[in-house]
Amino acid sequence: MADKNMPMREALRMALREEMIRDERVFVMGEEVGAWQGTHRVTRGFLEEFGEKRVRDTPISEMAIAGAAVGAAMAGLRPVAEIMTINFAFLSLDAIVNHAAKIHYMFNGQFRVPMVIRAASGWGDQATATHSHTPEPIFAHFPGLYVGCPATPRDAKGMLKAAIRDDNPVLFTESIALYPKPGFVPEEDDFVLPIGKADIKREGRHVTLVTYARGVEWSLQAAEQLAKEGVECEVVDLRWLRPLDTATVFESFQKTNRCVVVEESLPYYSVGSEIAAQIQEHMFDYMDAPVKRVSAMDVPLPYAREIELMALPNAQKVVDAVREII
Amino acid sequence: MAEIDKPMLLEWYRQMFLIRQFENQCDVLYKEKKITGVYMHLYSGLEATGVGALAALRPSDHVITAYRDHGIALARGMDPKVAMAEMMGKRTGCSGGKGGSMHLASREHNFWGGYAIVGGHLPLAAGIALESRYNGKDDVVLSFIGDGATNNGYFHEAVNLSAVWDLPVVWLIENNGYGMGTPVEVASGQPELHKRAVAYGIKDMGRVDGQNVVDVYNVVTKAVEYARKKGPVLIESLTYRYKGHGVSDRSYDKLAELRDWQQKDPILVLQDYLCKHFECIEEELKDIERAEMAAVHAAVEFAEDSEAPTYEDLISHIYVEE
Ligand SMILES: Cc1ncc(C[n+]2csc(CCOP(=O)(O)OP(=O)(O)O)c2C)c(N)n1
Ligand SMILES: [Mg+2]
Repeated sequence: MADKNMPMREALRMALREEMIRDERVFVMGEEVGAWQGTHRVTRGFLEEFGEKRVRDTPISEMAIAGAAVGAAMAGLRPVAEIMTINFAFLSLDAIVNHAAKIHYMFNGQFRVPMVIRAASGWGDQATATHSHTPEPIFAHFPGLYVGCPATPRDAKGMLKAAIRDDNPVLFTESIALYPKPGFVPEEDDFVLPIGKADIKREGRHVTLVTYARGVEWSLQAAEQLAKEGVECEVVDLRWLRPLDTATVFESFQKTNRCVVVEESLPYYSVGSEIAAQIQEHMFDYMDAPVKRVSAMDVPLPYAREIELMALPNAQKVVDAVREII
Repeated sequence: MAEIDKPMLLEWYRQMFLIRQFENQCDVLYKEKKITGVYMHLYSGLEATGVGALAALRPSDHVITAYRDHGIALARGMDPKVAMAEMMGKRTGCSGGKGGSMHLASREHNFWGGYAIVGGHLPLAAGIALESRYNGKDDVVLSFIGDGATNNGYFHEAVNLSAVWDLPVVWLIENNGYGMGTPVEVASGQPELHKRAVAYGIKDMGRVDGQNVVDVYNVVTKAVEYARKKGPVLIESLTYRYKGHGVSDRSYDKLAELRDWQQKDPILVLQDYLCKHFECIEEELKDIERAEMAAVHAAVEFAEDSEAPTYEDLISHIYVEE
């Protein structure tokens, strides 16, 4: 089968649909996933195809959506729960952190929690302060949970399928800005990518750009521009914030001896903080420059377009950061 | 409904006596610093609610509760040895010494655990019940709820979800009068907690005397039948905690109130019932008591002789690894 060009939302839909066909235990639940066809159209047509039993509209109950998914998963089903946007997952935080992530450990392996929480994430559409979060690092803080954040339609399919098939709870975020972006996707229904494996999206020998999700696009654009000046960037797409593929990051760093971390999230206690700490701790002898970080500005996100864009990272900010350490 | 016969009553007596002994022993062991940590919430005084409710279930049905879980675990059939070992943080404990007093569980008994975040287990109960419906089974979930927990958002969301999804859940409120130090009337705009059922359009099974194991059994049996065939129900059991909220309690100064409740102690109530209905039962009860005291004694010995968890245990079961 040839790869097919499609937007990321269709790649996600394909993955989810294939897994529902493959495994009767897989079902979707969440606000507006059924009759409304999904807020982001990822479950378009599902209600008609799979029926009410497996496409379950819920009340606006984020605590119960996450918590009921935990219970259903413990009992042997494989729920894929949609939280409309990650901003609302703060209401689910307890169920995710205290139950999804802890139950296997706390009861010494008696129960498994094979569930996926999908949530749309990101900002840049004047969605304002409460609707502009990218809190993936918060979730990645907790052992017991996996956190996946795809950057391309191909990865979206392979990673979501891996998340659904895995016996551990997974928080899976989908960048809103990436939903319409096209890319080539394998049509095979056994296309599954390994959990916790980063991907080199571009090879280079001067600087390592460590990034994920939307940051991959900015990093690739920056790499393109810098290449014209003779600076070769290697773009490491983490794909998973947990498990964190430090091996791939270190391997790249040993070659380049320089690193910029690029992320859409806030700067404090971030992926940038973590990667910088890991590099100074384990790669000190290879360091030729401080690790730089490009992220959102440390502000609540405003409405007005002019100032919202100031706060957002972009390719130019990545280029500037690279120039500082080269 | 199964006719309540003498063997059933004696079994309930055995369970209630075991729980009381177990809890008394935990109290002693805590004072001796053999059970450690900052959390331990005893089930003394609530035995009739737990034992009567669980007697209404079949083994394939499911049970879930909050952190006041020792009595539920024992009534569901957990070996007192593994329960006590968990209390002492031993690797032979039901949760390998990683869960402690508030996190007893037994997969093989369909006892899905004790949970320490108030209300946190309520949506889990809904999810477990969903599996039953999803797979065309007729097993029900019995979910205990503290009176205090009825005021947190989980209660609202989980009970409402059970209503709109028609889930086979028996929601059983253990109204012991307090959430930590706050009386029900202070915390709840509607202190008749069973009336909350109306708000969700689910079956209201009213209040039951939680000191009387026969009454609890009868009403929960009806509730289970209803949940199996139709959908969720809510019951409120009126009971009392003898040992205060937990070991974190400061002075417990409600002695007069405690004495009132002890007049209708669940074990005494059942004793009276048995003595009224069966002649010369005293000796049989004494035999049961001796056996259960010995069982708790053996449990303590087992726990004391067990190994502490190791570094391997510390780092195992963080993720499922195949
Ligand atoms: C979400 C949450 N808030 C607060 C607490 C602290 N806390 C533990 S038990 C408790 C009282 C709960 O009372 P109730 O539900 O009536 O149960 P009971 O202890 O009477 O069995 C509180 C406030 C907690 N564990 N979780
Ligand atoms: Mg209470």
